[in-house]
Amino acid sequence: MTQLQTFRQAEPVIAAASPRRRVHGKGILPPAVLFAGILVVWEAISASLSPGRKYLLPSPQSVLMHGLLAHDAYSQILPSFLRTALLSLGGFLVAIVFGMLLAALMYRFRWFERAAFPYLVALQAVPVLAIAPLMAVVFGYSYTAKGLIVILIAFFPIPANFLLGLRSVDAGLVDLFRLHRSSWWTRFFKLALPNAVPQLLTGFRISAGLAVIGAIVGEEFFQAGVPGLGMRLLQYLDQVEYNRLYGALILSSLLGIGFYSFFTWLSRRLLQSWHESAAG
Amino acid sequence: MVHTIARRDLDEKEALAFSGVGLTYPDGTAALFGVELSVKRGEFVSVVGPSGCGKSTLLKLASGLVEPTEGVVSVDRNRLGYVFQDSTLLPWRKVKDNVGLLLELHKVPKAERDVRVQETLKLVGLEAFSDHHPRRLSGGMKMRVSLARSLTLDPSIFLFDEPFGALDEITRERLNEELISLFIDRGFAGVFVTHSIYEAVYLSTRVVVMSARPGRIVGEFEIPFSYPRGPEVRFSAEFAKIAGEVSKALRGEIA
Ligand SMILES: Nc1ncnc2c1ncn2[C@@H]1O[C@H](COP(=O)(O)OP(=O)(O)OP(=O)(O)O)[C@@H](O)[C@H]1O
Ligand SMILES: [Mg+2]
Repeated sequence: MTQLQTFRQAEPVIAAASPRRRVHGKGILPPAVLFAGILVVWEAISASLSPGRKYLLPSPQSVLMHGLLAHDAYSQILPSFLRTALLSLGGFLVAIVFGMLLAALMYRFRWFERAAFPYLVALQAVPVLAIAPLMAVVFGYSYTAKGLIVILIAFFPIPANFLLGLRSVDAGLVDLFRLHRSSWWTRFFKLALPNAVPQLLTGFRISAGLAVIGAIVGEEFFQAGVPGLGMRLLQYLDQVEYNRLYGALILSSLLGIGFYSFFTWLSRRLLQSWHESAAG
Repeated sequence: MVHTIARRDLDEKEALAFSGVGLTYPDGTAALFGVELSVKRGEFVSVVGPSGCGKSTLLKLASGLVEPTEGVVSVDRNRLGYVFQDSTLLPWRKVKDNVGLLLELHKVPKAERDVRVQETLKLVGLEAFSDHHPRRLSGGMKMRVSLARSLTLDPSIFLFDEPFGALDEITRERLNEELISLFIDRGFAGVFVTHSIYEAVYLSTRVVVMSARPGRIVGEFEIPFSYPRGPEVRFSAEFAKIAGEVSKALRGEIA
């Protein structure tokens, strides 16, 4: 093009020094140590219980052997686990689709935001157990009713976080796009949407955890159909099968942890090159 | 946006013309009043003025981002470059994709875009960083990317809103020199807002001094040095004398 020598001597490249290196596996150690600690405490408490009350907290080995690994235990609890996983995942996906759509509409039309947002907040405030009976009346003790509970509980963080992300675009960038007469769609897809990804992923992460809670609550309330973890929990409580009860509890938390870890991993993958939140 | 207001046509030497331009923001803030300014091709005009006097507003009017409430702004917006104080890069895009953004918005085909992006990156000395994300660049490099992004459209009028205000002195001086090279090479008309009198005098063919709000133009200084201007121009007696005069005009406004 030209011989602009001055440009060649670009300034020293301090900021571009080697990208941050992350020691893999290092993140596992602290929780693993804590886990071991919890097992020790658990074991100690369990051992200190009088024989008559020992069933209230069986030892970790006992839970593992009798509650999870024994054939008749896992053949019962594994399908329930899958069932609950599917229920929470299904509700969560529906919440994602409608939550994002709702946020996009609120972003596009201010009047719609003003109209709809208060109801969104109200929806969030409705005690789910209070409307569960109503759902039972309308939908029966069905998969749909359980799914609705999941959606209801998991919904709010998605539109709320997504909308926040869409709206938090730097004003200078909006000016830049306006200056070049870009359409609303261009601005949405090239500016607002990518800008909202960090907040959206945060919304996903929160919502996924809530979806698991929703699924278990739903199953506990609508005790019908193929039994999921929620139903098993009540059943084992009833049958004084505390080994299995703790087993089911552990699986429920694993489900939540699994979702959470997946989205943490995804955030890091998608955002580490450009967003501050992914640095840690 | 369709412009329905009557506008004075630019004559062929002119790149930008303000005639009797005033702007009052909707909240009642009178930012500019009775601004007359004409910038010709081959001119590089710096604008200095007290803080909050409407310098940024002046550029927003020139770019068409804001319509005047009085008077007429004439400019060819089809080849307009605008560099903001902040580098305004898209953090999720690599350097090369940031540089290509405007071409993308103007629907230039990918193949042609890539060629122009590569050329421009080379011009600003950033080829080696084309796959980096902005977060890994220094402030000066980000500003270069921002400059490169505007350069891809080969602007005939180039607006700068305190682009180097946030940089350290050394980086700033180097970018000043680079900007002069670009100005000579590309022959755009420039309007450059700055708080630094030295920067204004060093870069420009003309320095315009604005009054406190509502901003008007209260002084104009032709800068006699020819281009290319080496860095040593800054140490000449004449440079000091002109800078002193500009400073005096400016202080008259602040007092
Ligand atoms: N959108 C707006 N609405 C109302 N008032 C505004 C708006 N933008 C700017 N102003 C006001 O108009 C005046 C001129 O603003 P402008 O940003 O143009 O000043 P400036 O000379 O660029 O200031 P600075 O030196 O701080 O960059 C200021 O008083 C500012 O508060
Ligand atoms: Mg300003």
